[in-house]
Amino acid sequence: MLGEGMLKGLAETAKNFAGSFVSKGRLTTVQYPEQRIAPIENTRDFPFLIFDGDDAMAGLRCVACQICEKECPPKCIYITKSADKKPDYVGKAQFYPTRFDIDISVCMSCQICVEVCPFEAIKMDTEFELSTTDRFGGLLLDREQLAKSNEYYNTIHPTEAAEVDARLAEEKAKTEAKAKAAAEAAAAKAASAAAASTAAAIEAPKTKELGV
Amino acid sequence: MSFFPFLDQIFVLLQHWIAGLFPVWLQPFVGTVVAVIGIVAAFPGIFAVTTVLERKGLGRIQNRIGPNRVGPMGLLQPVADGIKSLTKEDIVPLSADAVVHFLAPVLLVVAVFLGFAVLPVGRNMVLANFDAGLLFFFAIGASTELSIFMAGWSSRNKYSLLGAMRAVAQMISYEVPLLLSSVVVVMITGSLSTVKIVEAQGGFTGIFPHWYVFTPWGFAGFVLFVIAALAETNRSPFDLPEGESELVAGYFTEYSGFKFALFFLGEYLGMFSIAGFAITLFLGGWGAPFSFLTFVPSWAWFFLKLLGSIAFFIWLRGTMPRLRQDQLMNFAWKFMLPMTLLNLVVAGSWRFFGDGWLRWVICSAVLLAAYVLLGRTLMRKQHLGPRSYRYAD
Repeated sequence: MLGEGMLKGLAETAKNFAGSFVSKGRLTTVQYPEQRIAPIENTRDFPFLIFDGDDAMAGLRCVACQICEKECPPKCIYITKSADKKPDYVGKAQFYPTRFDIDISVCMSCQICVEVCPFEAIKMDTEFELSTTDRFGGLLLDREQLAKSNEYYNTIHPTEAAEVDARLAEEKAKTEAKAKAAAEAAAAKAASAAAASTAAAIEAPKTKELGV
Repeated sequence: MSFFPFLDQIFVLLQHWIAGLFPVWLQPFVGTVVAVIGIVAAFPGIFAVTTVLERKGLGRIQNRIGPNRVGPMGLLQPVADGIKSLTKEDIVPLSADAVVHFLAPVLLVVAVFLGFAVLPVGRNMVLANFDAGLLFFFAIGASTELSIFMAGWSSRNKYSLLGAMRAVAQMISYEVPLLLSSVVVVMITGSLSTVKIVEAQGGFTGIFPHWYVFTPWGFAGFVLFVIAALAETNRSPFDLPEGESELVAGYFTEYSGFKFALFFLGEYLGMFSIAGFAITLFLGGWGAPFSFLTFVPSWAWFFLKLLGSIAFFIWLRGTMPRLRQDQLMNFAWKFMLPMTLLNLVVAGSWRFFGDGWLRWVICSAVLLAAYVLLGRTLMRKQHLGPRSYRYAD
């Protein structure tokens, strides 16, 4: 029939119009910022530093090895190593950064710093609403601003964080086992020394009996 | 008097009361001024609401929400648009004809407002009851083409000129079917007066009204009128003069700020006036759709029909793509013009068949057969496939 295509088109648009009021799938708009959708798990925006425990600076995992600073393509990371050392998450004395700056206006969210870090100290955040009226200073984050807890990391990347925590716990257990073995060896050595001195004491009375 | 007739005539009574505050010799003038103020207040108000309705309607058709940031549900968006138009810089090109450039939007808006004068928006609610109101309306409509060409010509811009030439060619081509489709109404009514045309459709058979759209020649005339009205007002699929991908914005490319707002207002007011005229000619004007609904005020019926037609135009805009220029012209001269001429013959012969069901059957059959035959003949001549181009050697 002539004009049939136009009637079909009108029916289609009428269906779209009515469907947008009753069907959730037809109206997919999310009214940001009043409504938000949760970011997907592997979302990455800008790096942040992880700390363990309650004190951010004491628990900071970063040992200022400066690998991320060297590997960063746009060179947005700046690190100054400390002169002294503090215990890390397994109790071993390590350097720490006295200064750790990331310029997020330069950062391109490539995640290379996360991939090259051997200490699981730097990870990607999902926070993206970082606009500020201070265009230069406001976008330069120091270590206090960058430090976030391991609990926060577990909330934004739960699967990845669980895997990292398992690996770190395994490393810590391995280190503690090694220390325990060393302690046992030292204790055994001390015990054998004591046994030797005891044997010497037993031999001494025999000499006295021969003298008598 | 009782409540519903009072509500029906509330604007007329208000006009008389205001006129009564003045001396007798001044009362006709004051009455006219009050009526003009009513028209100038009502239709730009409908224009403001329609901009939101259109954007929301198109948004929903495209699975979007539409404007909802300014005011509740975006209802204050026209206020924001108005402030934006008033605060934008009024740029006039250096090489443009400044006087003609300035006059074009003013003439357009004035001409469109004049068209509302002969539109009966309710019982006893017409500003100027001419004996030849229909002729006046179409004469005023033709003068809008003058202002459009003034805009395109005076801008000294190739895109504006091409847009203006397209617009004038389109409007002249579709004005012929528009006028001829309204001639059938004049033939049956026996008058060119818009008030008499509405009164002729005022009766009921049982509960059903005597609207002209419910007759074979009236239905065909109505469809042809609506198609031609879309072209006259540059609505999709006939918005080729404003094709953004080719001509920037057509004849008002070089207009900014308030002048652009005047063109925008003029276009929408033109749509309202011609939709109101279609309501007057074919849909009973301010008459109720059923006999048991005549207690509702007559002006409410007119404006409800107007909003319904606006919604239909928005629906069409969300549905139809834009026509090509050759399709546009061929459709006007090869399909609509023969159909309107045949409709004249059918309307003429309607009177000679006498009362009864026979004239309904014969007239419907003739129009339907002509529609199918003419449509198939014209479609058969279409060469659907890759186009062959002729390049300069």
